[in-house]
Amino acid sequence: MKCSNCGEREGVVSLTQVKEGEVHTSSLCAECAAEKGIETGFAMADTPLGGFLAKLGESADPDAPLQAALETRCPGCNATLRDFRESGRVGCAECYAAFDAPLRELLRRLHGSTHHTGMQYEQTAAGSPVRIEAGKTDLELREQLRRAVEREQFELAAELRDRLKDRE
Amino acid sequence: MIDLSLLPDGGMSWLEASGPGSHLVVSTRIRLARNLRSHRFATRSDAPERETILAEVEQAAAMTEGLRRAVRFRVDRLDLQDRQLLHERHLVSRELAAPEAAVRLRPAGGLLVQDQASVMINEEDHLRIQALRSGFALEAAWGLVATLDAELGQRLAFAFHPEFGYLTSCPTNVGTGLRASVLVHLPGLVLTKEINKILQALTQVGLTFRGLYGEGSEVVGNLFQLSNQTTLGKSELELLDHLGKLVRQVMEHEERARQILLRDATAILEDKVWRAYGLLRYARTLSFEETMNLLSGVRLGVGLGLIPNVGMYALNKLLVFTQPAHLAAAQGRALTDDEVPVRRAAYVRQVLEEEVGRRGPSAQAPPTPR
Repeated sequence: MKCSNCGEREGVVSLTQVKEGEVHTSSLCAECAAEKGIETGFAMADTPLGGFLAKLGESADPDAPLQAALETRCPGCNATLRDFRESGRVGCAECYAAFDAPLRELLRRLHGSTHHTGMQYEQTAAGSPVRIEAGKTDLELREQLRRAVEREQFELAAELRDRLKDRE
Repeated sequence: MIDLSLLPDGGMSWLEASGPGSHLVVSTRIRLARNLRSHRFATRSDAPERETILAEVEQAAAMTEGLRRAVRFRVDRLDLQDRQLLHERHLVSRELAAPEAAVRLRPAGGLLVQDQASVMINEEDHLRIQALRSGFALEAAWGLVATLDAELGQRLAFAFHPEFGYLTSCPTNVGTGLRASVLVHLPGLVLTKEINKILQALTQVGLTFRGLYGEGSEVVGNLFQLSNQTTLGKSELELLDHLGKLVRQVMEHEERARQILLRDATAILEDKVWRAYGLLRYARTLSFEETMNLLSGVRLGVGLGLIPNVGMYALNKLLVFTQPAHLAAAQGRALTDDEVPVRRAAYVRQVLEEEVGRRGPSAQAPPTPR
């Protein structure tokens, strides 16, 4: 959605106002939001994808490793990280391996996690995939947490701690 | 023009207002995003590859119980008005339907509909498996999509990563690929000006809200679509449980706000809902936005038992049938921009008239003109 103030830039802040009992939502770009004195810190958290993409490859040093990484191609679909920055869309399943580090970082920012704990999808020996539900018990989670701390995987540990806390 | 009567109940049983909590919740929708491992995603695939994807998905679907009898649409071969109809009926997204001439139509777009579930093919992801139910019905909707997903997953090799889960075109959907949305009507919270506080609080605990037509659409008629913001790190059931708990809390706040209004501002509230009813009943032109806002007032009146002669089903139906493509379909021809608000007002009057005919005029309602 275009910014409803300037009508030029892409809206990044969703603004909801109540006027005479009616709800109005509009979208503002960062510049117009700042002009109107709207606190964007909270609203911007809504679009970490936009922020991440904007920063990707933004470096004063043209020889920075990220600049080179931007041109690396995914062997699956021939897309580059630059393509991802421009479209915000991943090219194929293999991109997730080809651009593991930046995508992992993005997933962490977007979801607060990089570990899928839902339905599992596995290929059986016969070749037909089987889906199983991976509902972990509190006990299993606590055991996983203990091991994560032991191995100093603090990010995973924090995530497991939060999940346990959520269940209480 | 496409014949939507081919669909069981026209694909609209979610409007029935028969589900739990229908006085506050219009509908519950759950979708799962899935992609085929062996094909490039939407931004990288060309038209021939998308044709292959469509054929593969349709072939697999034909072998499943959940989609064997599905009505099939080739969305990219429909004309603009038919695509608008499907979009207005919430059967396809804006992205697939391209309901405005300016939006680029995606090649080889497909739609399969059976009962209360559907699959969009070649949208942003290869498959978008969806279920739409009346009222607040997360479990029922989840049951439908989970079954379809399992059936399709036995025949299609989905893109899956051992750590990240299901892989999607946009990283915001990675993991479970699940987005559950509950469409709630919150006029009480809007009138008591508590809504901003509540929406902010929801955003902080991982929920997001949108308008009637999903991402990027505006909130009209005090209808808010509440949905999970993240898809990775929690299991499907945890995500649904979390959303369900918060929606229930929002519903409680809304109930409380309505009771406070009824107690402390009876006359103002009654005036508001009856004015809304009066305008809808007698207006000769209505814009879509005005219609939605007035319907919100009437819906509040019906929910509080102030307006006895209108049913929630009729109100829900008006949400869909007052939109341009539906008004044109009812007329059997394209309408000019000037005709639309006139036809809309006539249609609203007709529906409310029928309601009075069926339920009898209420003591407080104005007399029916002859």
